[in-house]
Amino acid sequence: MALLRYSIYRFGTMILTLVVVSVLVFVIINLPPGDYLSNQIAELQASGQSAGVAKAEFLRKEYALDRPLYQQYLVWMGFIPGPQGFSGLIQGDLGWSFEFDRPVAEIVGDTVWLTVVVNLAAVVFVYIVALPLGVLAAARSRTWVDYTSAFIGYLGLATPNFLLALILYYYGRQYLNIPIGGLMDPIYEGMPLTWEKLKSVGVHLIVPTIVIGTAGASAMMQRLRANMLDELGKPYVETAVAKGMSPARMLTKYPLRVAFNPFVADIGNLLPSMVSGSVLVSVVMGLQTIGPTLLTALKTQDLFLSGFILMFVALLTLIGTMISDILLVLLDPRIRYEGRET
Amino acid sequence: MTPLLSVRDLSIGFGGGDPVVQDVSFDVMPGQTLALVGESGSGKTITCRAVLRILPRAAQVRSGVITLTGPNGSLVLSDLSERQMRNVRGDRVSMIFQEPMRSLSPLHRIGNQVSEVLWLHRGASEKQAREQVLATFERVGFPDPERAYRSYPFELSGGMRQRAMIAMAMVSKPELLIADEPTTALDVTTQAQVLGLIKELQRETGMALILVTHDLGVVANMAEHVVVMHKGRVMESGPAEPVLSAPAHPYTQQLFNAAPSIPAEVAPVPPLPEDDLILELNNVSKTYAMRAKSAWKPDVLIHACRGVDLKLPRGKTLAIVGESGSGKTTAARIALGAEPPDPGGEVLFRPKPGAEPILVHKMTRAQRTAFQREAQMVFQDPYSSLSPRMRVQDAMTEPLEIHGIGTREEQRQRAAEMLKRVGLNEDMLKRYPHAFSGGQRQRLSIARAMMLDPSLIVCDEPTSALDVSVQEQILALLEEIRDGMNLSYLFISHDLAVVARIADEVAVMRQGLVVEQAPPNTLFHNPQHPYTRALIAAQPVPDISRPIDLKLVAQGAGSPESWAEAFRFGDAMIPSLVEMEPGHKVRCHV
Repeated sequence: MALLRYSIYRFGTMILTLVVVSVLVFVIINLPPGDYLSNQIAELQASGQSAGVAKAEFLRKEYALDRPLYQQYLVWMGFIPGPQGFSGLIQGDLGWSFEFDRPVAEIVGDTVWLTVVVNLAAVVFVYIVALPLGVLAAARSRTWVDYTSAFIGYLGLATPNFLLALILYYYGRQYLNIPIGGLMDPIYEGMPLTWEKLKSVGVHLIVPTIVIGTAGASAMMQRLRANMLDELGKPYVETAVAKGMSPARMLTKYPLRVAFNPFVADIGNLLPSMVSGSVLVSVVMGLQTIGPTLLTALKTQDLFLSGFILMFVALLTLIGTMISDILLVLLDPRIRYEGRET
Repeated sequence: MTPLLSVRDLSIGFGGGDPVVQDVSFDVMPGQTLALVGESGSGKTITCRAVLRILPRAAQVRSGVITLTGPNGSLVLSDLSERQMRNVRGDRVSMIFQEPMRSLSPLHRIGNQVSEVLWLHRGASEKQAREQVLATFERVGFPDPERAYRSYPFELSGGMRQRAMIAMAMVSKPELLIADEPTTALDVTTQAQVLGLIKELQRETGMALILVTHDLGVVANMAEHVVVMHKGRVMESGPAEPVLSAPAHPYTQQLFNAAPSIPAEVAPVPPLPEDDLILELNNVSKTYAMRAKSAWKPDVLIHACRGVDLKLPRGKTLAIVGESGSGKTTAARIALGAEPPDPGGEVLFRPKPGAEPILVHKMTRAQRTAFQREAQMVFQDPYSSLSPRMRVQDAMTEPLEIHGIGTREEQRQRAAEMLKRVGLNEDMLKRYPHAFSGGQRQRLSIARAMMLDPSLIVCDEPTSALDVSVQEQILALLEEIRDGMNLSYLFISHDLAVVARIADEVAVMRQGLVVEQAPPNTLFHNPQHPYTRALIAAQPVPDISRPIDLKLVAQGAGSPESWAEAFRFGDAMIPSLVEMEPGHKVRCHV
């Protein structure tokens, strides 16, 4: 019951934060001088194409860009009616991309989900790799197990992602027949979701997951190892050994539970750092994620496109932190019972 | 009779260094108690951990045979495989550790942690184990076993946690219990009750006990046999009675002489003169509001101090005694101006005789700076109160730099002078704190407090982290400095024996109230308040003929509602402090 109340409260704060973030995003996008349409109008006028100018002027009216900045923001969010009535983010209208001359929804459509899939896969990879290795490295600290895993970990941290991508693609192709580039076979692009398409995505995901996840996994592993080592020296571990527990059971039941907290708290940080960190990798590997689109949108000052993408990344972050906060409450009675007299 | 546990020629070392335990041998008879006595670094803890083979990874057992003899024959523990050893741990031999606060996992329910022993060794199901665990909880004195079963460690007090640890060790009915300083981290009244409990359980189940302790008083109350250790070797061993009444080895004698005790027979003394007070607390209260669980309920108010009146005459020592949570530290913090009292309270400080008092509770910035030169503090833990990254000289001259006193050379001179004053050498100025022992560090703390030439020093449990022999030296040093430099001390302690030695006036606090106040001799001669009596009774005395009177302890250490009519108090009605005889005040209804 308390957990439900907390979740609702946490969701409320998330929505509030999101609103604040939206203001920041809008302000930041508008900070550089000029905007897409003004640039385009100036260019068209210089080359004397009045038809284009008329269209640009029409778009400017259509999206309320002739109004003061704060009104532009409110229209964009859908808080006040624009030229077409209430039609902003909260009504589900993502706006128009001037650069691609298509609705934003159409451009980002698939890539949003592919981004989520790629990054979730990477997060899962990080946890699957880091958890056992971190525990093992701590339990066998200062032995060859520890040193080897640390060495591989640092290698993972230090190798540039795109290099790792190229290497994995090369050898993956050579020995395992793993396809190169993209997130699915081109024949499935734009097709409805079928089992075949899913399989194709799965095979294409292998290398990107490893590439995006490796650095995170090695950092996480080292953190978990350090946390575990701290916990292993505590008296309650000694108590558990004195009870006659086997080392494996003792490790997983006691110190791991305590060392797990920072591990869980990291979910929130992991998501956004992967989304932004994977931009370059996505370009190199030709992944249809949101990263490359964001890059273009920011470069061309494409207001609505970049605005939506930034909002989307912020949403991922906030959802990540919300999940980790709620998990922490579930995991740690000290947080759950906060405020009760000890 | 064959011993239950026999340890022969045990030597343990770290790496290639000299052994920290050398040729230690002892026997534990079934159903009897063996006390391993020694100061820190004596190897007593390593020895008892070696029995269960839970040593630090770097430690190696170099030689020795440890044999456990049960009804079904002997087991050589030192030869068992790790897997076989697991069956012994927690089942036939179990252990209680020093710090109940940290020896239980914070994230698992008490019931789960205790039941685990039965799951491991009896293959019990959760339900079967639960019944037995609840019975054990009841036996070790949990008022509501069901609730304790569901609790997390942070919901229990220190004493209750130690009871949970005892339940964990007892639930499998072991043949041998190893208790490593089981009561050192507890208040003295709680200590008495926990010791009583262990003894009772031992009588019931017939288990043997190895009690590791530094406190000869605890030994006298508990043990049949004593092994005194020093620097890894056994100095003296034998039955408790002769060892305690006529110690043969000089080291044991030294331990005896150093142990502070409450004087048994004393005469009352006249009250302290009140004509030249350096510090005066008038009607000081402090209330903290703790956020309530729900936004709709009012905050919970905690009365840390309630109407405390204290007077410290110049050149004397006023001690505040009480258990954790009694408000003694809060009172000291208010006296130092670290926290303001609730409105209506006053703290007056007179730096010179007859001077205009500084109102500590409402100082200006300039007054505060001046006040800080006059009032300094010595902290409890000498290990964490000195920055490990500062040389002794820097740590000592820092106060002078802050107040802009003297040139660098003068500051250095002063630091050297103060080091000599506390019995250290001038050439130690260039060293870092890690190069010093606990006692030396506490000397450094004292020297640092003296740098500004203060007139008042607040000592917050300055000896409770130290070994008895070192404690004795530090107390002697404090006395000597006080008398030599005309200092006044506000001395915070939970230990009446320490206070008996150094204080000129004692205020006993409980739940934010001063319940009894008198010069120590008057207090010990005629303690009136049940809580004071409990404190005195709970103090273990290294004399077999004077065991702890658990009944007195239980009467006084319980909640104030359970005290005799005349002393009872609740939130609504609090009796006032009445002067029973000159200089002896007791909180009671007359």
